[in-house]
Amino acid sequence: MNGMSRIVKTVSSFAFPFVLIYGFYIIAHGHLTPGGGFQGGAVVASGCAMILVAYGSIWTMERIKEKDLSIFESLGAIGFIGLAFFGLIFGGYFFKNYILEKGFFFNEMAIGASNINTAGVIPLMNFAVGLKVMAGLFAIVLVMAYASSKKEEDK
Amino acid sequence: MIYNIPYLAVVALILIGLYAVLFKRNLIKMVIGITLIESGVNLFLITLGYRKDSIAPIRTGNPEGVMSLPVPQALTLTSIVIGVAVLALMLTLIVHIYRHYGTLDVRKLSKGSDDE
Amino acid sequence: MKSVRNIVAVVFFAIVGMFLIFSALMVHPFGNPNLVDGEEVETKMDDHIIGGINETTGKPYGAQTETGADNAVTSVVFDYRGFDTLGEATVLFTAVAGVMLLFRRRKK
Repeated sequence: MNGMSRIVKTVSSFAFPFVLIYGFYIIAHGHLTPGGGFQGGAVVASGCAMILVAYGSIWTMERIKEKDLSIFESLGAIGFIGLAFFGLIFGGYFFKNYILEKGFFFNEMAIGASNINTAGVIPLMNFAVGLKVMAGLFAIVLVMAYASSKKEEDK
Repeated sequence: MIYNIPYLAVVALILIGLYAVLFKRNLIKMVIGITLIESGVNLFLITLGYRKDSIAPIRTGNPEGVMSLPVPQALTLTSIVIGVAVLALMLTLIVHIYRHYGTLDVRKLSKGSDDE
Repeated sequence: MKSVRNIVAVVFFAIVGMFLIFSALMVHPFGNPNLVDGEEVETKMDDHIIGGINETTGKPYGAQTETGADNAVTSVVFDYRGFDTLGEATVLFTAVAGVMLLFRRRKK
């Protein structure tokens, strides 16, 4: 589909970094405030969908192929399962929280003062799931928008 | 009976979605009905775990009162994401059906098409 | 034009509607999950996750001391019930793979 007018393109490209920062904040503080991986990933994906609507799907498809988004999503899935398997190797059982008191980072116990250095393997799992959801939802929207454009129907 | 109004709202959502699935002919209206049923079920899961005058189950530094139950909220998160995934697949299949057959009427599609 | 299909659909809709309305009035009252059939149940639900202070030894227990996170919902999703999150990640991956497979571009 074609893009929209020049005013819409300017305003949406001005508001895009703020939506990205808001989404990454929700992903990163998942163990202290309401939020987490799934919610933050949905916010970032809807910010990217705003750029897709403003600039047109033909313009976006020339710059971001769906192969790169597929690589991002697979990285997120492998990271999530790898963190669960490391719990089996280092501890005793699957999904064990093995860097809670023994690791380099994220290794304190929470006392209610909203310290970000707490909670073991949970923030790393939040990053992996957030990356997966962000790449997956944006790939679905991009592929569906491109498949119904005029250039595709001419083929 | 006045104290069960959120559960009656859930029943209203499910019945409207069920009416759209049973009595409409367009495929896209049926998909909208399925989405309404899923929204009703998610609302039911959340309203099961509410305590009166409670706060969110997050421990800050202040000693407060009662907290809501956290397990139904975790189940609802999973259910919403699965609903999005199933909706994406259904819409993809509808696009391919329209390209191949040219119509979206369920009565015409189920009467057999001109296959070779 | 009433056919057999329309009559069966109306009867099915009426039966499901009656079941749903009758059962929505029999669930516990909104805001009090401890009342079962009008009487108070002894044990409070999800108490081992929300936590408190043990009376005999004086030490705190719950999700904050076992997982180290302030948020009880995140610790339930990723630590106590991690298998459900693993299954949901698999469903999302399968859906994205299915959509990208069906919209593949053919090279001439």
